[in-house]
Amino acid sequence: MMMKKLVRMVLPAVLFAQVVTAHDGKPNTYFNPNTDPGNGGLTLPAGFVASRIAENTGRARHIAVTPAGDIYIKLERLVNGKGIYLLRDKNKDGIFEESQGFGDYIGTGIAIKDGYLYASSNTDVYRYKLDAQYHVLHPDQPEKIVTGLLDKRQHASKSIALDNAGNIYVNIGAPSNSCQEVDRTKGSKGMMPCPILDSAGGIWQFKTDKLNQTYANGLRYATGLRNVVGLDWNQAQNQLYVTMHGRDMLYTLYPEMFDSTVSAELPSETMYAIKQGDDAGWPYVYYDHLQKKKILSPEYGGDGKKAGGEKAIDPIMAFPGHMAPNALLFYTGNSFPARYKNGAFIAFHGSWNRSPLPQEGYYVVFVPFENGKPTGQWEVFANGFAGAPVIKNPRDAQQRPCGLAQGPDGSLYVSDDVKGTIYRISYNGK
Amino acid sequence: MRLFIYLLGGLAMATAFKPVKKNIQVPATLKASIERGKTVYVQRCMACHQADGGGVPRMNPPLDRATAVVANDKAKLIRIVIKGMTDRVEIDGEMYDNNMSANPDLTDTQIADVLNYVRNNWSNKAKAVVTAAEVKAVRAKLK
Ligand code: HEC
Repeated sequence: MMMKKLVRMVLPAVLFAQVVTAHDGKPNTYFNPNTDPGNGGLTLPAGFVASRIAENTGRARHIAVTPAGDIYIKLERLVNGKGIYLLRDKNKDGIFEESQGFGDYIGTGIAIKDGYLYASSNTDVYRYKLDAQYHVLHPDQPEKIVTGLLDKRQHASKSIALDNAGNIYVNIGAPSNSCQEVDRTKGSKGMMPCPILDSAGGIWQFKTDKLNQTYANGLRYATGLRNVVGLDWNQAQNQLYVTMHGRDMLYTLYPEMFDSTVSAELPSETMYAIKQGDDAGWPYVYYDHLQKKKILSPEYGGDGKKAGGEKAIDPIMAFPGHMAPNALLFYTGNSFPARYKNGAFIAFHGSWNRSPLPQEGYYVVFVPFENGKPTGQWEVFANGFAGAPVIKNPRDAQQRPCGLAQGPDGSLYVSDDVKGTIYRISYNGK
Repeated sequence: MRLFIYLLGGLAMATAFKPVKKNIQVPATLKASIERGKTVYVQRCMACHQADGGGVPRMNPPLDRATAVVANDKAKLIRIVIKGMTDRVEIDGEMYDNNMSANPDLTDTQIADVLNYVRNNWSNKAKAVVTAAEVKAVRAKLK
């Protein structure tokens, strides 16, 4: 306890000092990885190698890698007063010796598109003009393009993706588990219709080049999505794909219908291909990958078996419950073997809602695609982030995958939001 | 701090060797209450606060080693269990994002039991027992 407190007090001071040193132009030793246990501590398919290219960057949520190989990191807690960091490896020796912090807001979303860096707080979306080196021109003067989005802390992160037609897609998570009158409370009815869907529980579309857009200027592009943290624009199909966090607490709220083992496995975490106007069914239904159908939520008269959501879309992939898919990335590079091209990587943050069973997730999954459709199979691609084979409580995980990005050379970058470790995974097989 | 614990330990030892004057029924009923409280905890609290009472970073606060959980303000804890909690206040230096469930349907005894369980489990050792009568009194004021 004492020790923990001491670390909590002293550590920020150390970080502070070293980040400042970096800005003095001296080598930034602080971000340098010095505890890489070999291969980044990860287990990977044959031919793949990994390394930790930075550590202790803060609570690193999503990341974006520039065509020059620099990395922008969006932080969920400010480090030295800054919420975005740019890491640079100027001499390309694998050590990111330079860092620049800017942006005085916390958040999750970050993306690069057509000469701009886009970043989100939990209420707003900003953009920064980039120079020819993909560096931010005016770090203190971003354009605020979207403002006033709902933030009630639960599911507050605003993930973003951009299409090729000047639009940005913003997830607005529902600040609720299943739209009950009293959230997460046994015996509390589901509200009908769910009023949350007017301002959350969906993906909103805004223009990239208009300032101060609010709900009134945006379009509710898709609804019935409880909390999407991973979203990506699929370039091959010119379509939005998302991964959703399914509902929690089937057992706690409905012990007469579900036991704790079923409740750990259900409902599915889901992946959707989204078209404008789609409804994925939350809160009225959830997906059950064991019965392979949409099930009426118990808050809305369901019993764990009755199907529902006739007008709602089906997921294109379903995963075991509560694993928390926090990032989605379609692989478009050429350096991985051909089967990875146009397939999807998903970073699973790892569950908390499976106890008394061990928690699950804490890894990066690959979903193979053929002819623009998932094959139906999925495989764990990179494992070992948590640093222990069995995680009973999420706080025991040393790292939790949260963000994904593809480097200019086709390598895959993974961020962790416990300590801010950044991993690079590349292929050197034949 | 450590010295303080030693002192406390010494004190406890000292009292242990004194002839017991108080009603020894109390520890026995407390033990039974804690035992029953575990069942309530598993059904109603464990999903969020976890089997080890450690909570979930940034989402649900730990109950193990939490200042308020072992503190003397039992009425506050009773209110939290009945009404749930969405205060969004710092708890031992951290903020938590989840909404805590309300449990108005639990009986006075169940609430006393689950509080006795969380106050006396893991590394928690609370001084005072929570009684069903106290829960009843707090509940009456909530209405
Ligand atoms: C849905 C998740 C959830 C469930 C189930 C839940 N809690 Fe909580 N609990 C929370 C959250 C989140 C907070 C903090 C809320 C805030 O900061 O506004 C909290 C706060 C508390 C606190 C105050 C902690 C402190 O140190 O101040 C106590 C005590 C507590 N819970 C006990 C319980 C008990 C006992 C149960 C079971 C009867 C329970 N909780 C069930 C999520 C939950």
